[in-house]
Amino acid sequence: MRGARRLGLEVAAVAVALVLFVIPFVFMLLTAVKTVDQSLDLTFSWPTSWPIVQNLKDVFSARDYMLVTAFKNSIILTVVSVAVIVVLCAMVGFVIQRRPGPLANVANLLVLSGLIIPPAIVPTIWVLQNLGLFKTLPGLILVEIAFGMSFSVLLFRAFVAAIPRELDEAAIIDGASAFTLFFRVIFPLLRPVTITVILTQSVFIFNDFVNPLYFLPGDENATVQLTLFNFQSQFSTQYNLLFMDIVLVTIPPLILFIFFNRKIVSGLTAGAVKG
Amino acid sequence: MVTESRPTEGRAVGLRDTAEPGRAAPPPRTRSGSRALRHTYSSLFYLPAGVIYTVIFVVPTVMSFYFAFTRWTLFDAKFTGLDNFRQFFSEQALRSGLWHTVVYAVVTSGLKVVLGMLLAVLLTSSIRVRGVLRSLVFFPVLVSTVAVGITFSVLLAPDTGLVDTVLGWVGISGPDWIGNPNTALISVALVDVWKGVGLATVIYIAGVLSIPQDYYEAVDVDGGGAWQKFRNVTLPLSRPATFTVILLSFIGGLRSFDLIWTMTKGGPGFSSDVIASVIYKEYQAGFFGLATAGNVILFILVTVIVYPLFRYFNSREVDL
Repeated sequence: MRGARRLGLEVAAVAVALVLFVIPFVFMLLTAVKTVDQSLDLTFSWPTSWPIVQNLKDVFSARDYMLVTAFKNSIILTVVSVAVIVVLCAMVGFVIQRRPGPLANVANLLVLSGLIIPPAIVPTIWVLQNLGLFKTLPGLILVEIAFGMSFSVLLFRAFVAAIPRELDEAAIIDGASAFTLFFRVIFPLLRPVTITVILTQSVFIFNDFVNPLYFLPGDENATVQLTLFNFQSQFSTQYNLLFMDIVLVTIPPLILFIFFNRKIVSGLTAGAVKG
Repeated sequence: MVTESRPTEGRAVGLRDTAEPGRAAPPPRTRSGSRALRHTYSSLFYLPAGVIYTVIFVVPTVMSFYFAFTRWTLFDAKFTGLDNFRQFFSEQALRSGLWHTVVYAVVTSGLKVVLGMLLAVLLTSSIRVRGVLRSLVFFPVLVSTVAVGITFSVLLAPDTGLVDTVLGWVGISGPDWIGNPNTALISVALVDVWKGVGLATVIYIAGVLSIPQDYYEAVDVDGGGAWQKFRNVTLPLSRPATFTVILLSFIGGLRSFDLIWTMTKGGPGFSSDVIASVIYKEYQAGFFGLATAGNVILFILVTVIVYPLFRYFNSREVDL
């Protein structure tokens, strides 16, 4: 009796989860492979024909291959920003943990502010404008680096705390300089947390919409998230292409999710549990 | 695809942990010791990150407190005192944005706490398919907000949308979710919960898994049931997770922009405008001073709400 009730509960839980969390994705996929005419009524229905390849071709060639440029831009943006974040934040995480003092206190305060304070948009544009970096990819990269720092420093700092100081001392006695110590001894040991930072920041930056909207406006320079937004107005009659774009933009995070789910979750839940 | 997060992986970092006691012994206080320290842990390590952070984040934040009081074209700024703020609070459309921001943050973080907790309890129970369920609930966290926004504005379309169609089967005539000024803001907030509840859930799961089994066994010995276990063990001992979820969703909710912008653009009328969308509109219209005033108001709002929460949570942490 209890077993039957239990099974019933499990079946119900799975059913509800399927409806709530799978149907929207199925809807995306189905709409993406429909013909223009069928996609227009926006109902949840089985495609009458499957012009998958044609839709793919159309969405990539739209607006002079804007989506190809956008994928290129998004990949450069993500890879460069994440690479810089990893190196710079690992360095900060190391000294901030190893050498307490007034400087570390200031740094900790700044890290915390970065998590809480909403960035001042127009003054940031003003700064970029003065540097000649407004509406450029390098400018946006700097913005993503600055805004992604706080979270990454916290992850690195916590991990450095678990590396024994004796190791530093041994390396110094062996004649290592501060930089050799960090880059040859410490940084390789940070590998697990480095992977976590790479994964979480890649997802954040690849999915970022607000910063490209403000700091890299314009079609010729779009990132993938902006193409969604631009296509939304342009393709108001071609929902199949709009949803094909949505599916394409969802694939990179899906791949990371399939292979590194645990790592991502552990990075995002750090702090939930009292150490 | 199993979302297994063990308590050992949940390192003690995050919002609630500012000053961290190092594991090793305190650094030597002697003169030569501190010189060695300065040498080994060189301040130069701060330099590259510090420069980028200062130029791109600190300077604009500080300057916003000047530009907010000016009429500003990016090239020259004319000091106008409190004019921008006066305008912000005198225009109904802008003032309501302030209120919507608070409503949005409270609704989303409240629902994320309750649903995240319930899902975590369900997904740490001995239910068989919990790995799959955890993955399903978590995946939307990683999907682009714009993609989610577009998809749901289609699913929530009046009458023909999937949601209203399903409601129609059971005889409910669903509202025009995002097209009706009364429901637009709440509808977007619900989509936000759909996308974000997975994060709250995995945070709670980490919290629940870190509770030692002994406590549950003690309830067993005392003859308590599942409810007692939840009420007297799970609920109080997952408090750190609750704090994290509330802080994160408040910070996110108060500055939320992308979902609102893709789903309603603040409309119909101004019925779902929040401060962040007002800032964008003022920016687009070329009112840079006014947009920056909006930023300063958002800054103050976030600080006024989040900082006391933060202090309170940190003080409660001690007697846990």
